[in-house]
Amino acid sequence: MSVATQDTALRTGRVARTLIYLFLLLMALFYLLPFGIMVINSLKPLSEITGGNMMSLPQEWTLDAWRAAWSTAQIGVEPTGMRPYFWNSIKMVVPAVAISTVLGALNGYVLTKWRFRGDTILFGLMLFSCFIPFQIVLIPMARVLGLMGLAGTTSGLILVHVVYGIGFSTLYFRNYYAVFPTELVRAAMMDGAGFFRIFWRILMPSSGPITVVCIIWQFTNIWNDFLFGASFADFDSQPITVALNNLVNSSTGVKEYNVHFAGAIYAALPTLLVYIVAGRYFVRGLMSGSVKG
Amino acid sequence: MSFLKIDNVTKRYGAVEVLHRVDIDVQQGEFLVLVGPSGCGKSTLLNMIAGLEEISSGTIAIKDKPMNGVHPSKRNIAMVFQSYALYPNMTVGKNITFGLEMHGVPKEDRDRAMDKVADMLQIKPLLDRKPGQLSGGQRQRVAMGRALVRDPDVFLFDEPLSNLDAKLRVDMRTEIKKLHQRLGTTIVYVTHDQIEAMTLSTRIAVMNGGYIQQLGTPKEIYDTPNNIFVAAFMGSPSMNLLDAVIRIKGPDAAAEITDYNGHPITLPLPLPAASLAGRDGTKVVLGIRPEAITDPDGADKSAKIVVQMQNKIDVTEPAGSDTFITTTMVGKDVIGRMRADAHVNAGDIADLSINMDKAVIFDPKSEDRIV
Amino acid sequence: MASAPAQADFKTRLQNLIPKLVLAPSLAVIFLFVYGFIIFTGYLSFTDSRILPSFNLVGFENYSKLFRLSHWTTSITNLAIFASLYIGISTLIGLSLATFLDQKIRGEGLLRPIYLYPMALSFIVTGTAWKWLLDPGIGLEHTMHLWGWTSFHFDWIKNSDYAIYTVVIAAVWQSSGFVMAMFLAGLRGIDNEILKAAQMDGAGNWQMYRRIILPQLRPAFLSAFVILSHLAVKSYDLVIALTGGGPGRATELPATFMYSYTFTRNQMGIGASSAVIMLMTIAAIMVPYLYAELREKK
Repeated sequence: MSVATQDTALRTGRVARTLIYLFLLLMALFYLLPFGIMVINSLKPLSEITGGNMMSLPQEWTLDAWRAAWSTAQIGVEPTGMRPYFWNSIKMVVPAVAISTVLGALNGYVLTKWRFRGDTILFGLMLFSCFIPFQIVLIPMARVLGLMGLAGTTSGLILVHVVYGIGFSTLYFRNYYAVFPTELVRAAMMDGAGFFRIFWRILMPSSGPITVVCIIWQFTNIWNDFLFGASFADFDSQPITVALNNLVNSSTGVKEYNVHFAGAIYAALPTLLVYIVAGRYFVRGLMSGSVKG
Repeated sequence: MSFLKIDNVTKRYGAVEVLHRVDIDVQQGEFLVLVGPSGCGKSTLLNMIAGLEEISSGTIAIKDKPMNGVHPSKRNIAMVFQSYALYPNMTVGKNITFGLEMHGVPKEDRDRAMDKVADMLQIKPLLDRKPGQLSGGQRQRVAMGRALVRDPDVFLFDEPLSNLDAKLRVDMRTEIKKLHQRLGTTIVYVTHDQIEAMTLSTRIAVMNGGYIQQLGTPKEIYDTPNNIFVAAFMGSPSMNLLDAVIRIKGPDAAAEITDYNGHPITLPLPLPAASLAGRDGTKVVLGIRPEAITDPDGADKSAKIVVQMQNKIDVTEPAGSDTFITTTMVGKDVIGRMRADAHVNAGDIADLSINMDKAVIFDPKSEDRIV
Repeated sequence: MASAPAQADFKTRLQNLIPKLVLAPSLAVIFLFVYGFIIFTGYLSFTDSRILPSFNLVGFENYSKLFRLSHWTTSITNLAIFASLYIGISTLIGLSLATFLDQKIRGEGLLRPIYLYPMALSFIVTGTAWKWLLDPGIGLEHTMHLWGWTSFHFDWIKNSDYAIYTVVIAAVWQSSGFVMAMFLAGLRGIDNEILKAAQMDGAGNWQMYRRIILPQLRPAFLSAFVILSHLAVKSYDLVIALTGGGPGRATELPATFMYSYTFTRNQMGIGASSAVIMLMTIAAIMVPYLYAELREKK
């Protein structure tokens, strides 16, 4: 988001400005509270939650819930905690992000600098694939993963996420390379550089920002996926979102809210960290996924 | 034997033909300028010579070798782009030698060639900088250096001066001309600026609508434009084009126009009546360059046909070296060029000398020049 | 003399082929896994598939069954309520936040990321947080009672007439910051000189906003609408985490309907037909939008 000029500001009096600040602060509270309260209550013993006020700070600060959520909580039938699922997610996300980003970069390069008849239609078809309701592919995908021997595996999930991630990663690189001067590519061509050499020596050195945008977007999306994880994974490959849902919605026993919260925070932490560290790129990714950048 | 031969070349995008059967022979050492308004096909033609666009039909040959389908890097040509197209992530030195590197030239030879070019263009101190740190003029030099280092058969320039400010543009123009004179290279140069075309070229191809309108030396193009398009496009301010009626009396031909009051004025033509046979009393378009309409003291003393008239001055535009005036003939604005210290004011009825030696006439229907 | 055009040399021909070869794997995958699968599911929706795919065609039977199922009509009614409120409220909040944030606000750099961070969270996390916050026994209602406001009553999540609105609340919480970002970018993109001209013409604050600024935000409105509506139709995770579709079927949406009919009730034909309806709904919004966007660029 540009922090450029702000002359769209209207002339406002002191009362109006106070009201505006009040509104903005209240809204900030609205966004902060649910997650904030969750963090605070994850640091309480269970008795303080069920017996006390969710808005009060812990009388006894404890990391027990965090420990339990990580390694001992009952998820499904096994008391494994979130740990194995966290690693499942990592094992799925890293290759899926890497592959879809590389493919997106190459596709974007072809679609802008080596244009051919019908390339816009092909791109439109790729782009539409990001927006389909994935329910439409669940049935055949389950069959095909089974036929390929990938049902219930991390590799299967990687494949699924790459397939449905290509559209967006291609969109990012295409829009970025569309404004990359074509004359540079032509100059390199006349200098005798080939397809891959031009990509590597001329485009890649300038592609840092968009690569970050793409990686962040794919990471966030794939990490946060629930539908594919719930449909195509088993214990060895279930991602953390599925584990969290199982933890929270298992109907047996006492509801250990503090453990649920700690589990939710584990699931949220990686994407939140990325957001805090590279928020600027995150916003750019969101924007170019909707408005043409 | 031509050095660069463009033979019957056509370019089509789908069903749309954007370039129609172009023929140009370029001799070694020639400086050919392709000039025309945007969309006239000049850049397309240049890109086809470069190999950046496919040739739909016809042949382009360099040194008698057909180049159709030959990869751009194998044509032994170099190009200077409008945006200079310097690789932003490489130093100036790397930019210059990248092409040699791609062609597998050993490092020592690359460095030697780079030094030579850097000396010639006086960019030695810039070699370690990145393009982002250079001024427009410096970038322009680096772009030329990158082309020169390859020692190509043909240099292609695609509007190389259009991104520079007015003053720098004039300097670089001179620079390019010097370089051409010194190296004797063959150059094809695209521009929309007719002054660049006139000053740089040994020959000009004026293009419009995908056709070559006229191919000739700057003087031919300026003095004897083939048609109304070329007449109006070349020259600044552009040629005055007036509706006139032909009057033939014996061996002499004249064109009749009207002054600001609508009174008829007869202007003798430099053409023999014979060439206008059958046109007595018909309408033509009379072309007179602004510099042929002056104050009487500024008139060319060696001119053969000079007509004196009085006309009302509507606007004066002193430009320092000259004063341009606008006056009305045949109900239209006509531009004239007077000496800087000619005493004229808007609203005056002033004496004008019209030099008819270089007047041209065009057929109003075909728009071609009547010879 | 140059005569017949020479054949393209090997390097050039290869160079012309490489780009297509590079694009081919992605295209193949998209055509198989997206469009092939759409066709497959479309086909299944006309068969009597139950627990396993069957290729026995039964015409439009699944569709007519589908629309007679109260479970399905509940789902689409819920979607209509959810989508319109979700889009409307998110747009309203997003626009107000953007407008007010654009008034040379001190601390904008701090506020903006706060409004936007929920977008980085998984819907499952959002669902977990709100599920508990809205739980009358322990969340907001409980807290108000402890604070002495004993008449405070907020049990929507347990009430089948109101549960769908809790889904709206959580979804708005997650996405409205994103809408804010879109509008803010739109506001920052408005040409300052136009606003100066409007001021010179004597436009007051409200007129300036309504007549000059809002009309220029049209692309942002359109984008927000398209993005939010496709998210609404696809909503699945949030419902699962927040209400599980309940109480009863009070928060069932087409996405949850499709999943339960296909995978737990073994009515694959009907499940497929519901997926086709979802796809067509989204296509009706996305196809014209993408067409216009891609055409403009040319």
